[in-house]
Amino acid sequence: MSAVTGPAQRRRPRSALPWLATPALVLFVGFAVVPLIGVFALSFTTWDGIGSIRATGLTSWRKVLTDPGLPHALWVTFLVMAVSWAVQTPLSILLGTFLAGRQRYRAVLGVVYLIPLMLSSAAIALAYKALLDPNFGLGAGLDIQALSRDWLGRPGLAFGVVIFVVSWQFIPFHSLIYQGGVQQIPKSLYEAAQLDGAGRVRQFFSITLPQLKYTIITSSTLMVVGSLTFFDLIFILTEGGPGDATRVLALDMYKRGFQASLMGPASVIAVILVLVGLGLALLLRRLGGRDAGASQLEGA
Amino acid sequence: MALSRRTLLGLAAAVPVSAALTACGGSSGPGKSTGATYWYLNGQPQEGVRSGAVKAFNKAHPDTQIKDTTFQNDAYKTKIKTAIGAGEAPTIIWGWGGGTLRAYAEAGQVEDLTSWFGEHDALKKSLFPSSFGAATVDGKIYAMPCETVQPIILYYNRKVFDQVGAKPPESWDDIMALVPKFKNKGIAPFSLGGQSRWTNMMWLEFLFDRIGGSEVFQAAIEGEKNAWSHPDAIKALTKLQELVEAGGFVKGFSSITADSNADQALLYTGRAAMMLHGAWSYGIQQADGGDFVSSGSLGYMTFPPVEGGKGDLSDTVGNPAQYLSISSKASAEEKKVAKEYFAKGVLQEEEVKQWIGNGSVPIKLGTEKLLAASDNAEFLQFTYDIASKAKVFVQSWDQALSPTAAETLLDNIVKLFQLSISPKEFATNLNAVTNA
Repeated sequence: MSAVTGPAQRRRPRSALPWLATPALVLFVGFAVVPLIGVFALSFTTWDGIGSIRATGLTSWRKVLTDPGLPHALWVTFLVMAVSWAVQTPLSILLGTFLAGRQRYRAVLGVVYLIPLMLSSAAIALAYKALLDPNFGLGAGLDIQALSRDWLGRPGLAFGVVIFVVSWQFIPFHSLIYQGGVQQIPKSLYEAAQLDGAGRVRQFFSITLPQLKYTIITSSTLMVVGSLTFFDLIFILTEGGPGDATRVLALDMYKRGFQASLMGPASVIAVILVLVGLGLALLLRRLGGRDAGASQLEGA
Repeated sequence: MALSRRTLLGLAAAVPVSAALTACGGSSGPGKSTGATYWYLNGQPQEGVRSGAVKAFNKAHPDTQIKDTTFQNDAYKTKIKTAIGAGEAPTIIWGWGGGTLRAYAEAGQVEDLTSWFGEHDALKKSLFPSSFGAATVDGKIYAMPCETVQPIILYYNRKVFDQVGAKPPESWDDIMALVPKFKNKGIAPFSLGGQSRWTNMMWLEFLFDRIGGSEVFQAAIEGEKNAWSHPDAIKALTKLQELVEAGGFVKGFSSITADSNADQALLYTGRAAMMLHGAWSYGIQQADGGDFVSSGSLGYMTFPPVEGGKGDLSDTVGNPAQYLSISSKASAEEKKVAKEYFAKGVLQEEEVKQWIGNGSVPIKLGTEKLLAASDNAEFLQFTYDIASKAKVFVQSWDQALSPTAAETLLDNIVKLFQLSISPKEFATNLNAVTNA
């Protein structure tokens, strides 16, 4: 980054900028770096959380890496990530583009769409769990055959429900991002397209979508990295079940650490989670970084 | 970015702040000055009984005070472990005994009370003998049993049985024969809150005992090699899967939780005919079920025998008691206060009366008259008889085993109920953890 610093900037007197970053730095070091080092150290130990911590080298790593539970949890995490991305992104882009219009009714709808964003994951999970209850839920209560299935009791269905609820919760947020993105696209592009005789659909695919590239990358990064840490929602909805059908990595870590009292292996999973998260974030940055001049946002 | 002197200074300034941040977390430890500290679970009506006992003790002993703090059930399980691990445990530790207590004892975190009970023989003899099993680790007593006994009971809805014209099961074959009868009428034979996992476990506890006797699980808990592959264990696991295959449990049981009491609701609303559950379920059905209990529609019985099984019918499973331990990190004075509380504060007359008033049976012997005078006399007498006459009172498996083994057990039980693993696979997975 220092390569692009121009001479004008270099000559500017050293300001108090580093000081401004101190509070953030303190929080980051205290609540992210220090625990991270602690977790990394713990992954080379055996500890039940009560007795003494014994350094046991690679025992915990070997235990986790040979456990069939790990590839399964990784696979479920990956599936949740991929499927929820594939569901959320197109819907969010369409909704965002729709809401970007200046009509009044769209503004009203925009407020309504935001409601899920204001609820906590725990509240959402509890509400859906009650609605989908096979005996006392919506389907059974209103006697609707199509709705009275064992939604959370069958592996495939439960997975689908998790994706649905995650999407229901987060699509409003991503729509908001896309709405902002669409509104920043210069009007002149659309006017030019109209003169050339491009229809709405053509305009969407040839102008809106390409211009949203960076918004898509930002939103995707948030979705992908965020989906690694889904915990509260799945914990309340299915507790990783039925069996281990929805046991994502974060849940696996909690279960090993706090329910099975295996702090070493739980720390190993935590380290894996950090590595996967960092890797994905870097990858997505790279995808976006190649041709920085492609966007024509005004002022960019 | 090159490190400048200023950034270094900034970092140096940051250190005291983060030190102050961490310091805030350390101030919650128990005070070391006067008396003993005592942590236990909140939630009425039990919380009131517990705090009442402490208040009465403090009033009678003005010099030796006990300071009590309450926690929510799930929060407590994590909190107490972390506190003990950090050497910040309260003087008196409330718990469930069994495998967790063993972990504390093996880490040298709780006091050995064997000799103290030797000196207080009358006190020891006034409590249910069956309650001491889960307080004992390698022949030494590490906890004082307290509060109530909670065996697992087979509940049934009399109205539904009348409606179908069926009789409560007297054997496993009866159970299997009842399944299609109820199913044909659109009633689930058994209610089950399967997502909670320990609910499924209660079925295995009884099947193991009725088929193979109490020795089968005892061998497993003692870490005997291939204990879970015992032919009787495999038979019990197979029978269980036969019941699942026959549709014995309510549809969607894998997503029903016991926390929400949805499993109880299925029984008192007549959507399910029977339910295997703890003695505490009686109070819940009384509170939530309208006139279900008062109209005499709730039936209860012990788990029936299995044809050709070796288990003694008096054997039962469940929570033999709750437990109080003393932290070994406490000062001599604090320990003295705690022991004084054990001798003169736990299960005194008033506390016993209150437990009975709540529909539960305290673990004190000789309370028959009080039980008989209660509104729930019939049920209390039933529970008392099971608990006091049980030849073997098996502690709930997940409490008896170490936390690590318990987690594997619960995980595999769920898979067994989903028919996604065979009895043999179940046995192999469990052998791997209990024989470690």
